[in-house]
Amino acid sequence: MKVLMFGWEFPPHISGGLGTASYGLTKGFVQQGDVEIKFCIPKPYGDEDNSFLRIVAMNSVPIVWKDVNHDYVNSRIGKVMTPEEYYRYREHIYSDFSYMHTNDLGCMEFAGGYPDNLHDEINNYSIIAGVVARTEEFDIIHSHDWLTYPAGIHAKQVSGKKLVIHVHATDFDRSRGNVNPTVYAIEKNGMDNADHIFCVSELTRQTVIHKYHQHPSKVSTLHNAVTPLEQEILDIVPKKIPNEKVVTFLGRITMQKGPEYFVEAAAQVLKKTKNIRFCMAGSGDMMNDMIRLVAQRGISDRFHFPGFMRGRQVYECLKASDVYIMPSVSEPFGISPLEAMQCDVPTIISKQSGCAEILDKCIKTDYWDINAMADAIYSICNNESLYEYLKVEGRKEVDSITWEDVALKLRRMYEKVLGW
Amino acid sequence: MKTICFYFELHQIRQLKRYRFFDIGSDHYYYDDYANESMTMELAEKSYVPALKTMLEMIRENNGAFKVAFSVSGVGLEMLELYAPQVIELLHEINKTGCCEFLCEPYSHGLSSLASKEVFMEEVMRQNRKIKELFGKKPKVLRNSGLIYSDEIGEMASQMGFKGMLSEGAKHILAWKSPHFVYNCASASNLKLLLRDYKLSDDISLRFSNPEWSEYPLFAETYIDWIAQFPEEEKVINIFMNLSAIGMAQPLDSHILDFMKALPACAAQRGITFSTPSEVIDNHKSVGPLEVPYPLSWMDEERDASSWLGNTLQREAFSKLYSVAERIMLTDDKKLKQDFDYLQAAENLRFMTTKQNGIITERCIYESPYDAFTNYMNILGDFLARVRAQYPDMDNEELGALQQMIENQEVEIVQLEAEVEQLKTKLATKEKKAAKKAAAAPVEEAPVEAPVAEEKPKRKCVRKPKAE
Repeated sequence: MKVLMFGWEFPPHISGGLGTASYGLTKGFVQQGDVEIKFCIPKPYGDEDNSFLRIVAMNSVPIVWKDVNHDYVNSRIGKVMTPEEYYRYREHIYSDFSYMHTNDLGCMEFAGGYPDNLHDEINNYSIIAGVVARTEEFDIIHSHDWLTYPAGIHAKQVSGKKLVIHVHATDFDRSRGNVNPTVYAIEKNGMDNADHIFCVSELTRQTVIHKYHQHPSKVSTLHNAVTPLEQEILDIVPKKIPNEKVVTFLGRITMQKGPEYFVEAAAQVLKKTKNIRFCMAGSGDMMNDMIRLVAQRGISDRFHFPGFMRGRQVYECLKASDVYIMPSVSEPFGISPLEAMQCDVPTIISKQSGCAEILDKCIKTDYWDINAMADAIYSICNNESLYEYLKVEGRKEVDSITWEDVALKLRRMYEKVLGW
Repeated sequence: MKTICFYFELHQIRQLKRYRFFDIGSDHYYYDDYANESMTMELAEKSYVPALKTMLEMIRENNGAFKVAFSVSGVGLEMLELYAPQVIELLHEINKTGCCEFLCEPYSHGLSSLASKEVFMEEVMRQNRKIKELFGKKPKVLRNSGLIYSDEIGEMASQMGFKGMLSEGAKHILAWKSPHFVYNCASASNLKLLLRDYKLSDDISLRFSNPEWSEYPLFAETYIDWIAQFPEEEKVINIFMNLSAIGMAQPLDSHILDFMKALPACAAQRGITFSTPSEVIDNHKSVGPLEVPYPLSWMDEERDASSWLGNTLQREAFSKLYSVAERIMLTDDKKLKQDFDYLQAAENLRFMTTKQNGIITERCIYESPYDAFTNYMNILGDFLARVRAQYPDMDNEELGALQQMIENQEVEIVQLEAEVEQLKTKLATKEKKAAKKAAAAPVEEAPVEAPVAEEKPKRKCVRKPKAE
């Protein structure tokens, strides 16, 4: 089975759960053997793991014909694409895009990540998708998240192949209901044109059905999983402060993640006990508000903001924690609690998180119920048996959630969509 | 002639309220009165009252041929007294017919039998007195909470003067043996055991109204036929269940009361009688000892203590609670003793089970086992602090030193008493001499008091070095 996938990020250069999920899913999928995946991303850095799939660098696919020699192409983009591939794509330029801003190779540059001109980048991405779709051979198109829906639709129109889209989040999650009309329009258009829609949780599926008016039979749930930790990560020795417990929040400090509920719960806990520290790792538009709120509650001495973390730092932080908490107001899935559980950290999540649907060995509270949250934190920190139980059983549970199983389900769905 | 022994358990725990950790130290009332009242009233209305009325009718209509046994936990009795006294009235009426027996059980409906012999015996005897006060007869048969039984528990029951105990006819204990005989405790041969026939009991309490069950609908004729078809020598059929099975687990519109009512007549036709546990014990010899090294119970498929003590959470809560058992036995604080009773109730631990056996566990106000654990441990945190306020924690060394001191003092007291005796005799002889002397020269009196004054400083200097 040949799949053309459109994605926006891929490890190690990620800013959220989307890249991690894309990696896990594709890696699990190729285990099945007879699978070939071409994964398009706007701006690869060349250090991506392409041992099991082919990464298509969208910023190296020409849309304007330029006469460039082999060596020059190799020196310019050899890191991410061979000159042969470049020439093959050049054969399939389908329209005159010389009015667009292109570089010496006839390609469009991407800033990468989520820049201010995101809507332009989305549009450019879908123009390039037309070239890719005309060049490559594939059975099905798979678009990850709204940024790549237009590209998916374009590829579908060009090739006539079926399009499935993968909803990792909706704008309703990001905005607590105040959706951005442009984003909504892109999302809705993608869903309307898709032959099938995957959602990362039942929670998201309901949003897609009710807020985007999709027919339930067209929408199915495909929960995320986790990639087993590498030995290097497993070997990290946890740095623990003696006689102190650390409660960690790790994620973007934005409205969607409910950071203020964490601060309020921390204030409750600190009224009663002094040997617990709180850590809010990450950055985001609400960070300054949170620093102010912490000061207002008078708990700054026990509440820390270490800032944005990546790679190994994340795991060092998790391993040093005694409790992980994710009080998200609306979380389509939320892969981070699973990672915390992999690091043997007892976890508290909000019931409004998609991962709550598949996790059992963790504590679930309503995101607004700061009393319940405080109680759970206090209980884990003060009762050794609960800590041990959640640590051991949580690890076991999360180890049984594998991408291979998810990929098997994905395969069945593909086949259903294709009528195989 | 076969006989059926019906036994019903009445129990209602005192529900704990939502208790957050910041309530620790400031709020010492742990119970949800509204839930307690409404749940007890619901239980009485839907189950206890109609079921007991039916049984009263059955006894009257069959001129005493129908017999039944009940046990009401002490905590359950308190709840009924408070919120549903009509149930107790009914029990009195049934008691008056003479066709019923009341059994004894631990007052709290807790697991003290697995934790502390002293607590277990104390609360069983307390319950015994309460039942005697209420129903006029001292129970002779014991049923432990959850029908938990082991050789050790049997021995304790026998020491307390019980002649029989109820337990579960668990397959892993009985193997090829049948529960339809009377057995005796392996470590106390005078204690007889009645074992529950779980198939026949569960047919009524679990499956009766289930339309997917192959035997649905079950009629009294069929049921009695099953019993009649057992081999000739299998005489005793023990059917034990919670009384709430009638009306709650099996709703009244399933005609379960009609089924019950039809039983005595069907049994009479086939020459089957009804007996109370005491009658069974008096009329049947034990066929042999039953060895039960590990506790068994009537709960879950495993029939052991794992639904209360299966995971680490439950075990921590359990051990923390009973860690202060000795101190509770010492105290005179009624409130503290009462809270200990309520906190012991086995359901509190059951809410924390993480077993996944396909059946949805009833957890009352709790959403998850962790929620149940957290709430219970918060309450326990407050409770333990109250106990410690009265009887502070001591490490073993300190305790040993104090014990040593008490022992030393005892030795010292004996020594001093001997000394006092000696001095008294000395004094007496001196007095005699003095009296003689006084007869000769009555002016000298001072030397008579001298030995008494000598004794006091002597005692002080002996005690001081030893106490250190």
